[in-house]
This record gives sequence, structure tokens and C-alpha cells, in this order.
Amino acid sequence: MVLLVPSLLGLALLVLPMAGLLVRAPWGRLPAILSSADVLTAVRLSLVTATVATVVCLVCGVPIAWVLARTAWPGRSLLRGVVTVPLVLPPVIGGIALLMAFGRRGVVGGWLDETFGVSLPFTTAGVVMAQAFVAMPFLVVAVEGALRTSDRRYDDVAATLGASAWTTFRRVTLPSVAPGVLAGAVLCWARALGEFGATVTFAGSFPGTTRTLPLEAYVAIGSGDTDTAIVLSLLMIVVSVGILVGLRRHWVGTA
Amino acid sequence: MSLHAEIELTRGDLDAQVSLEVPAGQVVALIGPNGAGKSTVLDVLAGLLRPQAGRVVLDDIVLDDVAGDVHVRSQDRRVGIVVQDYLLFPRLNVLENVAFGLRARGVARAEARARAREWLRRMDLLGYERRRPASLSGGQAQRVALARALIVEPRLLLLDEPLAALDAGTRPAVRAQLRRHLAGYDGCAVVVTHDPLEAMVLGDRMVVIERGRVVQEGTPAEVAGRPRTEYVARLVGLNLLRATATGRVAEVSRSGDGAADGTASVTLAHDAHGPVHIAFAPAAVTLSPTRPDGSARNVWPVTVHDVEAHGDLVRVTATGAVSVLADVTPLAVADLDLAPGAQVWASVKASEISVYPA
Repeated sequence: MVLLVPSLLGLALLVLPMAGLLVRAPWGRLPAILSSADVLTAVRLSLVTATVATVVCLVCGVPIAWVLARTAWPGRSLLRGVVTVPLVLPPVIGGIALLMAFGRRGVVGGWLDETFGVSLPFTTAGVVMAQAFVAMPFLVVAVEGALRTSDRRYDDVAATLGASAWTTFRRVTLPSVAPGVLAGAVLCWARALGEFGATVTFAGSFPGTTRTLPLEAYVAIGSGDTDTAIVLSLLMIVVSVGILVGLRRHWVGTA
Repeated sequence: MSLHAEIELTRGDLDAQVSLEVPAGQVVALIGPNGAGKSTVLDVLAGLLRPQAGRVVLDDIVLDDVAGDVHVRSQDRRVGIVVQDYLLFPRLNVLENVAFGLRARGVARAEARARAREWLRRMDLLGYERRRPASLSGGQAQRVALARALIVEPRLLLLDEPLAALDAGTRPAVRAQLRRHLAGYDGCAVVVTHDPLEAMVLGDRMVVIERGRVVQEGTPAEVAGRPRTEYVARLVGLNLLRATATGRVAEVSRSGDGAADGTASVTLAHDAHGPVHIAFAPAAVTLSPTRPDGSARNVWPVTVHDVEAHGDLVRVTATGAVSVLADVTPLAVADLDLAPGAQVWASVKASEISVYPA
């Protein structure tokens, strides 16, 4: 009894809001809302930015994970700390930090602006940066874990067969951690898709260029368009649950 | 054309100082108890571990020279390794595994595959090209691993417990196959094992290491006939005593330094002088309830310590003035009531004892 009551309360806290969405959902208007221009624009923008952010995270994050898992040097734990900070940092703070670095008066941003005339804040590229900033740790942690459990002696054998470090990584190490990379990429993509705080702070909320799905939902609820907000929320929930179920099957399948 | 290695390395509890000579075409069996440093030596030869001192020279090419700060990386050495669990790349099929070394060295895909197929034919594995390593039997996986290592024509082949992962039923056949393949290999080969039979079947020469030091080396027959340490004696199934001989009598010493401590003496069939090893087979030992008579017999009172089945016979471990293993018939066990704690006399004919300088 002592355990049952709090666990039921906790469950209610998690389930009731979603149930509320289902109850209040304007089922009759669902197709019309989903196919409205604003929503379609936001969906398209979200899909594109989350996918690009995931690719960025893969390109940068897999090497970081390799360094964390396979090398030993004094600064390694510091690197791990830096990489995982976005996991616990409020995304809005991340957005502010991005502004300080890449804003027009930021440390790097000012130089980029003067030298190349490139400005990142309040652009679609800024959205991708905000998403990658927040989602990178999910990928790095997943891939590092996979690398740690893969047998390093395969690398040794590959080396004795004349393979360079790069060949070994490409043909032996990466294939052996492919499931972990895939799982990390999916989590990373889901996190990028749901990103709000860093995006709105660093990239703003401009329809078509930076207003992604979560921002669209926030704008809708703020402007009194509850129905649109509910439909977008349901859409995000369906995607999240779908990804979690898919990953669960992956984890259970490999366990 | 040969391998010449002098390796010094301290790692954890291990303090290794090993020197190894392997002429081309010869297979050296490196044998020793767990933790003796066998795998460490192998890792150094493979270039996976740098020694703290010493040199490794293969076919006149210096691979490691600590004093000269030379270290050739694994990928640049002509060294192949086959390990206990084979480590076939799980995501590549059999053909891709065998072709891996050629591809890594820049051989075109079609040629690499053709040569890999030729190696599979040689290993009796045609038809397995597209199989995943996980679907192979232990013996097949071992042949794939061997083909993968040999296809790049290494000058030094390292085998780390190549038969240990096989079940007892298939081991003899795979061992015979491996011996055949090694006989056809013209480079230097080092087989690490802890199984004396494997060492004797596969090795042209045995090198025994204990606690990081080479304690004995020679042909399998030399090592089997004249063990020099307790470990080797146990491996080859002989009793070994250290003693100091004066003519036909040798005083046994039970301490490691060879000094006689007056607890037992051994009568010899031939004159000998100075520190000697005395070896005799457990089957040469007779156990009796009373002190046996007879000339040129060595007799010691002993206490039975352990009794266990050993083939058709029973192996009795007894301790006393000397510690001996004795192989006796099950009938004798019943007659003598040989249970742990029983007091008996152990005797060995002088003519059954082999004596050689320590």
C-alpha cells in the first residue's frame, strides 16, 4: 500500500495530461489542421532541421565518443563533462550561451560576421545549431557505451593485418557498434525534433525559417488556438512514443 | 631469416625477461602457467605492446629496439596472429574476413577476393564464402582465422592458445590439421599454449616460461625426458628431485637452492657428481606396506596425500622424505588400503631413474 499509492499518483501525473489531450482533441478538424499551411511549414522545417542536426551530431559526436572510449589522457573526464553538460543544462541557458558565442556581438559570431558576413542567430542554421547543441550528448553517450562494450582486440587483429587506424575504424569498429550508433542517432533526432528553449532563444520564432513544431505549438496556445496546439502536441507524442517503442524493441532484441 | 627477440617488460605482477630465437620454418611452442608472461611476449612480438628494454628483429628488420627508439607499428609488421576465440570480424562474411588484410593493403577488391577464395580452397572451406563467422564451428572458424592471417604472407605467425576454445572431441582432428598447415608455412611461428600435448605436437621446439623467465628450452623429447623445474615435470608427468651427487649416491635437497638437507638419499645406477636432477616416471614407483628388500632400490617412507583415477591406473600423491607421484593398479589401492593418511613405503629401482646435471 505504501508503495502503491505514490506510484499510482506518479502514473496519474504522467498519463492524465496525455489523456487530457486525447479527450480535448478536435478529432473532426484533425485533417484540416494537420494540412494547414502553417502546420505543414513547421513540420517540414522540423523534419529538415532535426535530420541535419542529427547528421551534424553523427559527424562530430561519433569521433568524440571514440576519443572518450578508446583513448586515455588527463583531460578525458573533463571532455566527457563538457559533452554531457547540455543534458542537465536548461535549454534556454544553452540558447543564451549560443548567443554569447555566435551572436552578432559574440566571440565567434562577431568574427564570422566581419570576415564572411555570415550571421547565424535567427536563421535556420541557428535552429540546427541549437538542436545539435542540445541533442549531441544523447548520441555521444550511446555511442561511447557501445564502443566500450565492443572488443578492442578486433582492432588489434585488424592492425596486424595491415589496416590503418582509419580503415580499422571504418571497416571493423564502426560496423560492430552500428546498433549503438543507430540507437543514439534516433534518440538524438527525437531530442532535436522536440527542442524548444535553445531554439527560441538563439534562433527566435520566424514562420518558415525558425518556427519548428514545438514553437508552432507554443505560438498556437499563446494566441488562443488551442485546437492547433493540441493537434501538434499529439503529433509530437505519437512520434516520441513510436521512437521509444522502436528503440525498446532494439534494446530488448540485442539484450 | 629468423626471429630474434630479447624482451624486458614489467606489467602489474609480471616482470618478464625473455629471449627467443625462432629460425624460419620452425614452430616454437611457448608454454607456461597462467600469468607466466606468454601472452605479453606475443603482444610485444605483434607490436601491440612496447617492451621497456630489448630488441625484436625479424628477417634482419629491426621491429623494436628500445635503446635506439625503434618501434614498428603492428600494421607495418609482417606478423599474423590467430587467437583463442579467433576474433573473426562478426559483420563481415568468411570471404571478406579472409580478404581483409589484402584490402587493407590496397589490393583491388576482385583480386583480393580471388586470392581469398584460393585460401579457402586450401583450408577446405569452399562453399562457406558467404557465411557469417557466428555460424561456423570452432574448427572452421580457426581455419578462417588462419587463412586470414596467412593470406598477407606474414614472416612471423603468432598463435595464442589456438585450440583452447575447441571441445575435447574435435581438438585432436583440428590439432592435426593445424600441424599440417604449420608444416607448410615457411616463416617463423610461435604457438602459445598451456597444454603440453599441444606444445609437443605443434612445436619443433619448446620454450618453457615461468614468472617471466625462460626456465627450459629444447626439443619436445629433451624437455619431456629431462624436466628442469617442478612445473615442467608436472607437465610431462614425471617425478623430479634435485640432489647433490657423489658417485653412486645423491643427497636430495628439497629447498630450491640445491643444497642437501640430509632428509633422503638416492642410489644411482651410474656415477655422477655435483648438482643433479633426478627424474623417474610415476609408473616406476612401487608402493608397499612394509619396507621392501632388494639391491639398488631406493626406499622412502611416505604418507599418502591424495588418490585419483589416472587412465587405467590410480595416481597416488605421497609426501615424506621425498614427494612422489606413483601410478598403481586399482587392485593395489584396495590391497594397500591407500587412503589419504596411509603410511607406506615408496621404492624405485636405480635403473629406472634418469640423472642429469642441474
